[in-house]
Amino acid sequence: MSENILEMRAITKTFPGVKALEDVSLAVRRGEIHAICGENGAGKSTLMKVLSGVYPAGTYEGEILLDGEPQRFSGIRDSEQHGVVIIHQELALIPHLSVAENIFLGNERLSVRGVVDWNRTNAEAGELLRRVGLRENPITPVGQLGVGKQQLVEIAKALSKDVRLLILDEPTAALNDDDSEHLLGLLRQLREQGITCIIISHKLGEITAVADATTIIRDGRTIETLDMRADEISQERIIRGMVGRELGDRFPERTSTPGEEVLRVEGWTVRHPVQDRLVVDDASFTVRAGEVVGIAGLMGAGRTELAMSVFGRSYGKYVSGKLYLHGQEVQARSVQEAIAHRMAYATEDRKTFGLNLIDDIRGNVSAAGLRKLSRRGWVNRHEEVKVAEESRRSMRIKAPGVMSVVGGLSGGNQQKVVLSKWVYTDPDVLILDEPTRGIDVGAKVEIYTIINKLVAAGKAVVVISSELPELLGVCDRIYTLAEGRTTGELPARGASQERLMQLMTQEKDTAR
Amino acid sequence: MSHTTAPDPGTARSDAGASTGQQGGGAGSRGPLAHLQALTGNLRQSGIFLAFVAIVALFAVATDGVLLSPTNVTNLVLQYSYILVLAIGMVIVIIAGHIDLSVGSVVALTGAVSAVVVIQGGAPWPVGVAAALAVGIAVGAWHGFWVAQVGIPAFIVTLAGMLLFRGLTLRVLDNVSLSPFPDGYSAIASGFINGLLGGNGYDAFTLLVFALGVAGFAVAALRTRRTRQGYGQQVESLPLFALKIVLVAAVTMGFAWLIANSRGLPVVLIILAVLIITYALITKNTVFGRQVYALGGNLSAARLSGVNTRNINFWVFVNMGFLSGVAGVIYSSRSNSAQPNAGNMFELDAIAAAFIGGAAVTGGVGTVVGAMVGGLIMAVMSNGMQLLSIDQSTQSVVRGLVLLAAVAFDVYTKKRAGITR
Ligand SMILES: Nc1ncnc2c1ncn2[C@@H]1O[C@H](COP(=O)(O)OP(=O)(O)OP(=O)(O)O)[C@@H](O)[C@H]1O
Ligand SMILES: [Mg+2]
Repeated sequence: MSENILEMRAITKTFPGVKALEDVSLAVRRGEIHAICGENGAGKSTLMKVLSGVYPAGTYEGEILLDGEPQRFSGIRDSEQHGVVIIHQELALIPHLSVAENIFLGNERLSVRGVVDWNRTNAEAGELLRRVGLRENPITPVGQLGVGKQQLVEIAKALSKDVRLLILDEPTAALNDDDSEHLLGLLRQLREQGITCIIISHKLGEITAVADATTIIRDGRTIETLDMRADEISQERIIRGMVGRELGDRFPERTSTPGEEVLRVEGWTVRHPVQDRLVVDDASFTVRAGEVVGIAGLMGAGRTELAMSVFGRSYGKYVSGKLYLHGQEVQARSVQEAIAHRMAYATEDRKTFGLNLIDDIRGNVSAAGLRKLSRRGWVNRHEEVKVAEESRRSMRIKAPGVMSVVGGLSGGNQQKVVLSKWVYTDPDVLILDEPTRGIDVGAKVEIYTIINKLVAAGKAVVVISSELPELLGVCDRIYTLAEGRTTGELPARGASQERLMQLMTQEKDTAR
Repeated sequence: MSHTTAPDPGTARSDAGASTGQQGGGAGSRGPLAHLQALTGNLRQSGIFLAFVAIVALFAVATDGVLLSPTNVTNLVLQYSYILVLAIGMVIVIIAGHIDLSVGSVVALTGAVSAVVVIQGGAPWPVGVAAALAVGIAVGAWHGFWVAQVGIPAFIVTLAGMLLFRGLTLRVLDNVSLSPFPDGYSAIASGFINGLLGGNGYDAFTLLVFALGVAGFAVAALRTRRTRQGYGQQVESLPLFALKIVLVAAVTMGFAWLIANSRGLPVVLIILAVLIITYALITKNTVFGRQVYALGGNLSAARLSGVNTRNINFWVFVNMGFLSGVAGVIYSSRSNSAQPNAGNMFELDAIAAAFIGGAAVTGGVGTVVGAMVGGLIMAVMSNGMQLLSIDQSTQSVVRGLVLLAAVAFDVYTKKRAGITR
């Protein structure tokens, strides 16, 4: 058998109007963890979809060799039969079905023809869960698990298919540090068991920690493959390959000159929409004009819930709390009212809450600001195109034009569309929930630059992020949230990740 | 056309041909591929028009030209006008991600109320029209309440409405037909504006009205083009633009010539034209219309963008009710009576028209103009098969297959364009 489990040769894939891949080659050695890096829209996901048969043979040019044998996969099932399994960028589990049902979906354990053998299903699922280190009952509905655990269920599902080559497209994008660490540990374990992994990630720290080799893709072409074991490869080295130049400061400089207080939230308390528990419990914070305030907290600490409920009570049941804008108490009982009070909230979940994927860039950018574009209910569509065109240029959204459908953009560019939408409403307070999730290093700098521009123009910005270095890098002040309560407030300058972690994990009885 | 949530560069918006000129406005990035995309996008847009032309040609030949005879063309307009009116409302309901199964019953109910008011009560006929429209709006508000405020799926609400309003129709009419309407009322669907300017065997007035319409269209198109250029957007080349205008003008004037040679300008055609133009503009150019697309495309995202989704859903159904009322008036006027079983299965024709015309089951996609062409395809087919004396059973089979084929064609073209997931 050849040393390479996989070789992809001269892969070219075009979409109408876009050449996503051009003459890309990739060689993966047996039993290694192979990372793929590149900017948003470089073509990473597309390459993996070609490999896994999502785009079947015939829709692309080039050759795929598995164990030296040419393969022409006709679909995902075909590639899975050859032991190639992909876990997509967006989780694809069905929330109402149990863990075991999800694991064996489309691959059911049967007794007689067509009848599910529940004993086998649950027993084998339990076995797989042990392999991925997840202590959960196989009959738990997947929707009740956190994202980190769901990601593990995805891997268990892959293992159930006798995977030899596991492809993970940004598996840690939505995970916190602990969960990511666990997942990377699991990948190392799988490597011991002889499973080859291809991992796509924008978190370069992970890549330097776990990868044996890294292939860099830029603008649909292979730039280089770095051997991570032979040389000491730094993150800066990878970045240079990705963007084709030295990337200056990871967090662009900004002189902070906070002004008047713009937003004050006091004693904010919110109940879960269906369960009888408080998700936000007496939280308070303030933001001043020209200031970036961070909110740190673990998964489930109530950061998103706090932000969304403040933004027009778009989450949960409001219990109590006061909202002041420019020193005046205001009521914002609906998203419309919140927008009218010049607030904006850019969601962490762009596919579900942020974008109309079947619409074009123009329609998405204007979605929250149609009032600005219209007179007496009639939209000025020419102005709308112009606005979208300006956003596309200033945000550097990579797309053929503003009539491009948003569903066809890469993750990072979709994120920029969400930001454009809210920036166009010209808010006084802009709440950014995980603004750089799934975004490449270069685009991150761009987004930080956009944040800096906004605060320079006197806006108040709130950043919610799971990445502590990011909070420390962009914020003036940081609040910590634990179990829905604000447990601390500290200036970013001089704060450490350890101190933040300590506050984020503060138990209820020791608080205050 | 779209029947999945798949992104579709061509049809996510309602400005069918117009958007292609703007495709790839991006500086420098407009390679030959972008042109190709514009072209295929164009093809998919025109696919429905081409299908329409093909079907017309087919039946024109099969019927030895009878299909396109002045009398038949006029009849066709009269006979299917109420379906087209319903399809306007239906496509908007479908874009919003709902469905309305009750419109047939509502057509019956509104016609019945109008008949009771005018024929039994002896009120002047405009009062009957007003009553029918009011009842339609009330029915729409009823549906809107359950769908938007209570949150019950429209499928259930309108299924209930289908039974409910059929039952009420029977009640109102006491199980018997009422006829005839006074002349003024029946003129709505069978009246013509004719002979105002005279003419030699054809009606000059009809031709004049159409000529003015075409001129208006040309001027509007030219102005849009200018504005677009003024905003630095790409537009189609001048010859192509001129060709488009000339084609539209030729087809329209041909149609005008046909009806001018028959009985003149049908009143109902004027009503229809006004409705189509109004609603095409509303869906494309108003905040309301745009928000309907937004919430149909992604309800949660629309809500978080400040769209008052309850309000919009409510008004979408009120509007459907209103248009059902209009269709009820036209239908009762045309049959010159109100019957307990009027409007049976109209909902299916209206729904078929919307889907053939490119609406998506999942919402967020569809156009008023597309639905009109879809409705006309169904109309020409039914009419053509009737002219050929094909029996009812075959007609039904053919219509079912055409609906399926239209949607299948759409799915196929989309796959080929590489948008599979
Ligand atoms: N279905 C599609 N239709 C049209 N264009 C597409 C489609 N899928 C991807 N593209 C285009 O192909 C290019 C590569 O996209 P891809 O999703 O592979 O990027 P990526 O490297 O995974 O980026 P990210 O890091 O943001 O996930 C982008 O320009 C994107 O717009
Ligand atoms: Mg990707």
